[in-house]
Formats: sequence, structure tokens, C-alpha cells
Amino acid sequence: MSAIRLQLQAVSVGYAERRQPTKVVVPPFTESLEGGQLVCLIGPNGAGKSTLLRTMAGIQKPLSGQVLLNGNDVHRMSASDRAKHISVVLTQKTEVGLFTGYGLVAMGRHPYTAWTGQLSESDHAVVVRAIEMVGAEKLANQSINTMSDGERQKIMIARALAQEPNLLILDEPTAFLDLPRRVETLVLLRDLAREVGCSIVLSTHDLDLALRLADRIWLLPQDKPIQVGMPEELVLNGAFEAAFQSSTVAFDAETGAFKTHDDWSRRVYLQGDGITYIWTRRALERAGYAISDHAEDGQPSIRIEDTDAPLWHVTINQHATDCDSIEALMAALSA
Amino acid sequence: MAQPSVTELISPTTTQRMRLGLPGLRPMLIMGIVALLVAIFLLSLVIGSVSIPLEEVVRILLGQEATKASWSNIILNYRLPQAVTAVLAGAALGISGLMMQTFFRNPLADPFILGISSGASLGVALVVLTVGTVTTTLLSGLGLLGDLGLAAAASMGSAVVLLIVLWTAHRVSNGMTLLILGLLFGYLTSAMVSLLLYFSIPERIQAYINWTFGSFSSVTWDQLLIITPTIIGGLVAAFLLSKSLNALLLGEAYAQSMGLNLMAARFGIIVTTAILAGTVTAFCGPIGFIGIAVPHLCRSLFNTSDHRMLVPLTILVGALVALAASIIADVPGSSIVLPLNAVTAFIGAPAVIWVILSRRNIKETFAS
Repeated sequence: MSAIRLQLQAVSVGYAERRQPTKVVVPPFTESLEGGQLVCLIGPNGAGKSTLLRTMAGIQKPLSGQVLLNGNDVHRMSASDRAKHISVVLTQKTEVGLFTGYGLVAMGRHPYTAWTGQLSESDHAVVVRAIEMVGAEKLANQSINTMSDGERQKIMIARALAQEPNLLILDEPTAFLDLPRRVETLVLLRDLAREVGCSIVLSTHDLDLALRLADRIWLLPQDKPIQVGMPEELVLNGAFEAAFQSSTVAFDAETGAFKTHDDWSRRVYLQGDGITYIWTRRALERAGYAISDHAEDGQPSIRIEDTDAPLWHVTINQHATDCDSIEALMAALSA
Repeated sequence: MAQPSVTELISPTTTQRMRLGLPGLRPMLIMGIVALLVAIFLLSLVIGSVSIPLEEVVRILLGQEATKASWSNIILNYRLPQAVTAVLAGAALGISGLMMQTFFRNPLADPFILGISSGASLGVALVVLTVGTVTTTLLSGLGLLGDLGLAAAASMGSAVVLLIVLWTAHRVSNGMTLLILGLLFGYLTSAMVSLLLYFSIPERIQAYINWTFGSFSSVTWDQLLIITPTIIGGLVAAFLLSKSLNALLLGEAYAQSMGLNLMAARFGIIVTTAILAGTVTAFCGPIGFIGIAVPHLCRSLFNTSDHRMLVPLTILVGALVALAASIIADVPGSSIVLPLNAVTAFIGAPAVIWVILSRRNIKETFAS
């Protein structure tokens, strides 16, 4: 692990304005990160994720405590010093005008160039390396305006890398992307953290991905203290469940995903295994059936016969039917 | 035997290919436009109400005797100061427009968006419409136009608005608020001008309206002694601000995250714009169109948003457009002089519309 260390010492975040009561968004918390770690900040909208990220980026002052990067207080650095340590990718979609991928990534050298903005050979080398690291070689000569959202996001990440940061902060980097691009982007960021040795903190709503990829999770529920720790730990100690509790959805600690609370009065007994079992179970749950693991009187029972083509034997009130698809099974159950 | 690995063979070329993505500065293009500017500049000295042969013009410029003494007088006291004024004013307006468009990330921004010209108009309106005796005739009203007093009034007006804008800029956190406030200052001052016009006499109103038409021809050598260093200073400042302007293309938040001192950049951009646009307005009247159109023209024609290219290009193209407008307004071969503002818009608007429609990239050229 790299020596780069990010420390948050009793940092509390919020807004203090004159003539107005101080609004604490995130009460004091302490956290320490090694370089190369990926942190996912998770929480409902309005819980203060962006405010926390802005504070870490040095744009906003904390209400109390210190954010230390290698022992230096990021809020005491000059703006140009800070830009050499911390870079950001914001959630807003940026229209930048007539730039190529290379031109935009080269903007990341801003804190290093002289007043003319002229890039030196070593600046060019950093830009090329940043483009290579995100795998955007083909986008270098392409105009930003012709890029897809995912390609543009790669270029924005490369631009942030060109600042050679010790801490990379991304505010919802996956917000505009389709699902494959989300996975790709988060995996890329995880790998970048390892490769570059910098700390990466990002906010996201992709709970499932965050649980799989993050080294640490910062869980920021609305109006509750922030919880930090390894993802598995937070699942086991019920922090996730508590954070996302509501009347319509619940966090399922078994699958690490959200479940909708439905009326579980309809129960079925499902027998079987393998992938057919998993997807049959999902279809049943989606339709509002609770799955029981033993047969009970008066409750439909389904037995999966998983040969070449799966077959579902359904018994409802001693009346047996065979279904050859999940759709037919559903029709049989609701009949 | 050590053979170079595949990556060693490929990577220099991929690197070079990637770097093509950054076109860099194009000195040949700049030199070409400079040559065109020199040609138009000479043309503006040759044609006018009377045509003077080019060799005579060159001789007069080199300080030699002309065939007719009156030619010497026309060139040195009328056409040359007018051409120099047009070049400086065009460059100044183009650059202030460019800075405002980038600063506000708004394609509709122009040099006067901060209310600079409104302030100048108010200053001039106060002088032209109220100062002097009630019996002032049309002629004496017009006579005021050549006065340094008028320029001073316009400068004062611009400066007052500038101070208000700076004071606000220091207090508000984002540029958009500033944009709206500038617009409101504009309405406020126009309202005051309307009141002054309403209670004024026709001759003075005519004199004021003549000022609003804009003109490069009323500027004297004495005035150029003030205008030239001021505008050149402003243009140099714009060069120094290129890197900050580039950072601002990504928006204020990104610019700050890349180490830009936002307050300093904001201050620099506002003061530079105010000095450039304020100086032009004070001496030539509120000249529209060039400031909004030339930056778009440059982005679209030269396909770049990089201010290290855009600043010199806008200076040159702005000077070109202003010179061309000045030639046309004087209607060569006649003694008619058209209002400059009408000419810039009349000739310029169709030209810009054509460029925009034929290139179909106006949305892309602009960071919004």
C-alpha cells in the first residue's frame, strides 16, 4: 500500500451563514484511508453526499475538524497547491465546446503549467498516460461533442488523473450511464485506485456495485450519523438495513439488494435447484408470492424438473398441472 | 538477441497520434489574417469620398510629399485616425465579447452585458441632454460630440457601473447572479435615459441619438493618445487571462478544482472587459454586434475553443470586421455617411448567419 493517507479528524460538514442557524449536514466523524483504496459514499438524495464531497475537495470549509492529506490540512493549502493533490469529477454533464479528448485531458495540467498554459514534454507524457490508464486512446483525437456519455465520462476521469491527484473525488460518476457502462466505470475506478495508489472517494446510488467493489463504504442516512466501514461489516451489523428502511422497500442482507415489501399473504412451496430455481423464485417474488421451504396444506406447491427443457409441476388443491415456461406457471397460479 | 517489444514499437506512434488531438497554435493562420488586415487597412486609406492612389497613400504614410496637399490632410487627419480607431475598437469589442461569453458560459453575452454601455449612455445623456443653456442650438449640441467632455462623461458612467458590478461580484457566489444584475442595471439606466430624453429638447435628443449610432470618424489624434495605450493594455491583459479563460470553459467549480483563483480571475476579466468596452463606448459610442458576433465567427471558422488561439484570432478578426464596417459606412465615392451600428448589423448579421448555418456547429462551438 502506498504511503498516501487521507485522514478525516472529527470532521463535521454543513453550512454556517451569518444571521442563520448553523445547519449540520454530517455530524463529526473520523476516518482514515490508505492510498489505493476505493470508497463509495452511499445515501439517499438530500442526505448531504455532495456537501461532504465538496468539503473534502477543499471547496467548502468543514464546520469542525480537519481533512488531512499526508498530514497537510487541505483547507490551508493554496488553491493551486490543492489542485496538485485533489482532483474532482462533478456530476453535472459538462459542455466544453470545441475540444478533442486530448485537449480536454490536457486541461488537467492547469495547476502545473506556466501562465501561458503551454504543455511541456513531461506534461504531454502525463496526459498520454492518463488517457492510456482509462483506455481512451481511440478518443484522443475525437471531438468531445461526438462522444457518448460513457466516453465523455472516461475523458473527464482522465482529465482528473492528469492532475496527478493523491485524492480523486467523484460526485455520482455513474449517474448518466447505462448499466454496463456503470459497471465498467466503477471497475475502472477500483483498478485505478490500485494502480495509481491514490484514494478515490465517490458517491453513487449503485448499492449492489458499491458492495462488490468498494474497499470501504461511507453510509450517510438522512438525519442519522454517518457510518463508515468495510461493506460486509456494514451489512452484517444492520447499518444498511437501518439506513434504507422505509415502508415500501427493505434491504435484504442475504442478497445485498433492495426488496419491495409486499403483502406476503400468498405463499407457495418451491422445490428445485440451479439457475432455474433462482429465476423462478425471483419471478414469484416479483408477482408477490412468499416462498416457503416446506409444504403446507392449502398452499400451491411447485416442483422444478430441470432436464434439457425445464418443466414446472404445479399442484394446487390436489390438482396437478405441468407448465413449460415461467409465464405459463404464473398463469396457472393466478387461475 | 534483444528485439524491441511490440509495445516499444507501437507506443511512440500511438502517443504521437494522440497528440494530434491538440492542434496547438497555428502561426501560419495568424500571419495570413494579419496580411489580410494590413490589406484592408490600406484599402480603407485608399477609398472614401475621394479615391487616393495607393502609391500616394504609401508616400504620405512614409512622411513624403503627396501630389496634392489636400490628400495629405485627408489621409493624416481623417482616414488614418479613423482606421486606427476602427482596428483598436474592433479588437477591443471582440475580446470583451469573447471574455464575457466564456465567463458567463452564455452565447448571448456581449461586451455590454455588465451594464458598461448603459452606464456610458447615462453619462453621455446627462451631458448632452441637460448641461448647457436652454438656447443651445442643434449645431452646438452636435459640437459636443467631438468633445473630450463627452468621452469623460461616458467613462465616468462606465466606471460607476463597473464599481457597482465589482462590489456585487465580490459578494455573490456565482456568475449567473452577476449576469442578471448586469441586465437589471441596464434597464435601470435606460429608464433614466428615457426620462432625460422625455424632458429634453429635439436638438439635444438628435445629438444624443447621433452618439448612439456609433462612429469611428470623430476620434482625433489627441484622443488616440489615450485610447491606444488603454486598449493595448486591455488586450495584453486578455492574453494573460487566456489560461484562466480556458479553465473557466469547464465551469467555475471545475476551474476552482484545477487551482484557479476564482476571485482574481473574475476581477481580472471584469476590469479588463470594462476598460476595453468602456473606452470604445466613450469615444465611439455604443457599437453593437462586433462584440457578440466576432467570437462566434472565430470559434466556428477556426474550429477551436482554446483561448490561446481565440484571443489573437478574435483581436484580428474584430479589427477586420470593424475596418470593413467603417469603409462601408463611409460609402466610398460619395459624401454619405451611414450610421455605423446600422452597417455592422446590416452586413454582419447575414454573414454570421451564413457561417453558422453552413457550419451547423454553433451548439457545439459553445460551452453551455
